[in-house]
Amino acid sequence: MLHFQKWKVILVGAIVLAGFIFAAPNLFPSSALQGLPSWVPQKQVNLGLDLQGGAHLLYRIDETELVDDWLDTIRGDVRETLRSNRIGYIDLDMNSSNRSVSVRIRKPEDVDKSYSELRKLVAPVGNDVFGGFSGNDMDIAKSGDQITLTATEVGLNERISSAIQASIETIRRRVDAFGTTEPSIQREGRDRILVQVPGVSDVQRLKGLIGETGKLEFKLVDPSVNAAEIAMTKKVPPGDELLYSEDEPPIPYVLKDRVLVSGESLVDSQPGFDARNGEPVVNFRFDAAGAKRFGRATQDNVGLPFAIVLDNKVISAPVIREPILGGSGQISGNFTVQEANDLSVLLRSGALPAKLSVIEERTVGASLGADSINSGQKAALAGMLLVVLFMFAAYGLFGAFANIALLVNVALIFAVLSLMGATLTLPGIAGIVLVIGIAVDANVLINERIREEIRAGKSPIAAVDSGYSRALIAIIDSNVTTLIAVLVLFWLGSGPVRGFAVTLTIGILASMFTAVTVTRMLVAAWLRWKRPKELPL
Amino acid sequence: MFRGITLVPPDTKIDFVSQRAITWFVSAFLTVVPLVLVATVGLNMGIDFQGGTLIEVKTKENPAQLADIRGKISDLGLGEVQIQEFGAPDEVLIRIASQPTEEEQQASIAKVKEALGDSVTYRRTEIVGPTISSELIAGGTLAVVVAMIGILIYVWFRFEWQFAVAAIASLVHDVTATIGLYALLQLEFNVSSIAAILTIIGYSLNDKVVIFDRIRENLRKYKRMPLVELLDRSINEMLSRAILTHVTTLLAMLPFLFFGGEAIYGFAVAMCFGIVVGAYSSIFVASPMQLILGVQREAFSGSPSSAKGKAEKGDAEAAARA
Repeated sequence: MLHFQKWKVILVGAIVLAGFIFAAPNLFPSSALQGLPSWVPQKQVNLGLDLQGGAHLLYRIDETELVDDWLDTIRGDVRETLRSNRIGYIDLDMNSSNRSVSVRIRKPEDVDKSYSELRKLVAPVGNDVFGGFSGNDMDIAKSGDQITLTATEVGLNERISSAIQASIETIRRRVDAFGTTEPSIQREGRDRILVQVPGVSDVQRLKGLIGETGKLEFKLVDPSVNAAEIAMTKKVPPGDELLYSEDEPPIPYVLKDRVLVSGESLVDSQPGFDARNGEPVVNFRFDAAGAKRFGRATQDNVGLPFAIVLDNKVISAPVIREPILGGSGQISGNFTVQEANDLSVLLRSGALPAKLSVIEERTVGASLGADSINSGQKAALAGMLLVVLFMFAAYGLFGAFANIALLVNVALIFAVLSLMGATLTLPGIAGIVLVIGIAVDANVLINERIREEIRAGKSPIAAVDSGYSRALIAIIDSNVTTLIAVLVLFWLGSGPVRGFAVTLTIGILASMFTAVTVTRMLVAAWLRWKRPKELPL
Repeated sequence: MFRGITLVPPDTKIDFVSQRAITWFVSAFLTVVPLVLVATVGLNMGIDFQGGTLIEVKTKENPAQLADIRGKISDLGLGEVQIQEFGAPDEVLIRIASQPTEEEQQASIAKVKEALGDSVTYRRTEIVGPTISSELIAGGTLAVVVAMIGILIYVWFRFEWQFAVAAIASLVHDVTATIGLYALLQLEFNVSSIAAILTIIGYSLNDKVVIFDRIRENLRKYKRMPLVELLDRSINEMLSRAILTHVTTLLAMLPFLFFGGEAIYGFAVAMCFGIVVGAYSSIFVASPMQLILGVQREAFSGSPSSAKGKAEKGDAEAAARA
């Protein structure tokens, strides 16, 4: 065992060297690294939210709203289909609880034709090149004169999926406005989105920006009624709706139901200042079709007020002084500069397809994060020092070999974490400490075994040789079982627990390498150099 | 040259397994008492598993005026509110019971911020909604169970079913004892507690497997040695290693107890306790269980063994010399 093939020595040496090189950037502040040439490794370990401060927000998409919107579309489609085929119908209803739309056909002879026409509304799901066919988005059934379209589970999942995708895009555009480094926005499970923004200080504002649906509508104010009166009696005329402003107390408005132009026609919005009074405003621009519609609507209603409605709240209701034909306009509403800025981000990013609600929120202030990393570092260094001293006390020279392996082990963990872009959390630091314990255990097993072999009367070389090979079984068995527990942590855990599992996994794998291979080479080199008659163990 | 200190003399012979009448009692105590504690005193469930809001603030005045803060927050009508000092005297932890809906939950934090205004700085806020907390409980329980099953299968494949059963039984012992510690000290039980428990499972099992390994080796080596003696011998042979490893791991973990900061304190307490309990259960639970389950020696020796149970001592010693 004293002889190692050259390529093996070179390979192990290269891995150890690479470990130190790629771990090194973590010893310096990131500002010190910026001036270095690009070939110098500069990747550092990402600090978790608990160590640098930031926000972790878990959102759930509102499924009932999504279903209702969908059913509403189906109802519209059914109406459209029957009308264009000149089929008489009654009782066109939607039922949210069993996710269905039903209609009754007036004349029995029309039922079959209606069924085959409405069947065309059913679309297959996931029928693209790679997805394969997984079912229809709706089931259609007829009984007597009644035809029922029921939304299927596959169809619903498809809808949730695409709504989540669209939401992630929208949220990304909104979070980008914060200008923080490396926000992470990803889907979690079936109906969730996890947003992690490191280093954000104003979490309330972030939540406000992400949580707004951002549905913008331009509607006409109904001039024929008294809004205050209707707010009292709640008797809203047909074709109208009652909405409030965000003022304190809220001002009621009675608006025409019909949407003049919606936010989908917006191509851009920017914060700005009103040319006349210098107040913060939001400037926006419509696309060609939107501009045309908006122009026509304003032309027909000069002198009347129209309302700018965001998420069913009236932002402002200016009077149309002249037709707005150019396709651009301005929203004013007693904004602060930040409000104008946020509103323009909201409009620019587009609306969320459905309401999102926060189901889990964890935010850590920057000062607490700094405290945590300080105490974590201090504890880890103290622990490391104690272990190194103890190992040396217990095994002398062989303890020193184990300590070198330990140092390589920690360097490898940091190198892999840096290269993977994995995140180091406070429990992750604790994980490194635990790895130190496990790595030391491997060397303890080997050294104890060598001692036993010496007592059995073996020569130094033979004792080292069989010590390593016999301890190996126990090391592998014990590490694999630990890995099982850790992989479960990774698979079922989330957030910091996952970070802990990642660190532990890397550490266990690294310790198998360092404790077995690195120390073995060190011991072999020493044996060849000294040729000792007895081992100092 | 410095050889290092020998902590356990090589010829140490302690009758571990022979004392099983006493240690069974201790183990039963360590398993039953925690369950009683959990049933009577209960666990101090963190917001992860209960839902609710947690706000950590640093007050401008030092020490913090807890009564003043309590007054301001109780007036908000948010249900049960807990206010306690946390770490330094100007650091305060506010815990608010779970609200019926996610929206109300969100609103609660805004109300607190309004009530406290600029008198404090916010260090940490956590809100766990009612839906997510039940999922976290389910996820945590599932994690522990899945890890146990995975381990059972692995040990069964590498050793024999008796070892697997003994391992799981002693892990259950470790887990209940650790949960008992949480109940006894009223440490907050949250997601990182589950991480601690799973890590303790991993660590403690690591220890058991090392001893199992030696038992297996000795079963092959001393074909006629009585099982009690063989188990004692295996444990004694691994004693030096066990002490060294547990001491180093404890040494590495202890600084987290003292300067790891509040955030990791509960985790560190559980880990330190787990290391000790795991060490105990390797020797006093996992090994004696082999006696009850009856290890099949045939599985480890190429030829069927003629003698089970009582064998002459001379045989064993002859084998040892060989």
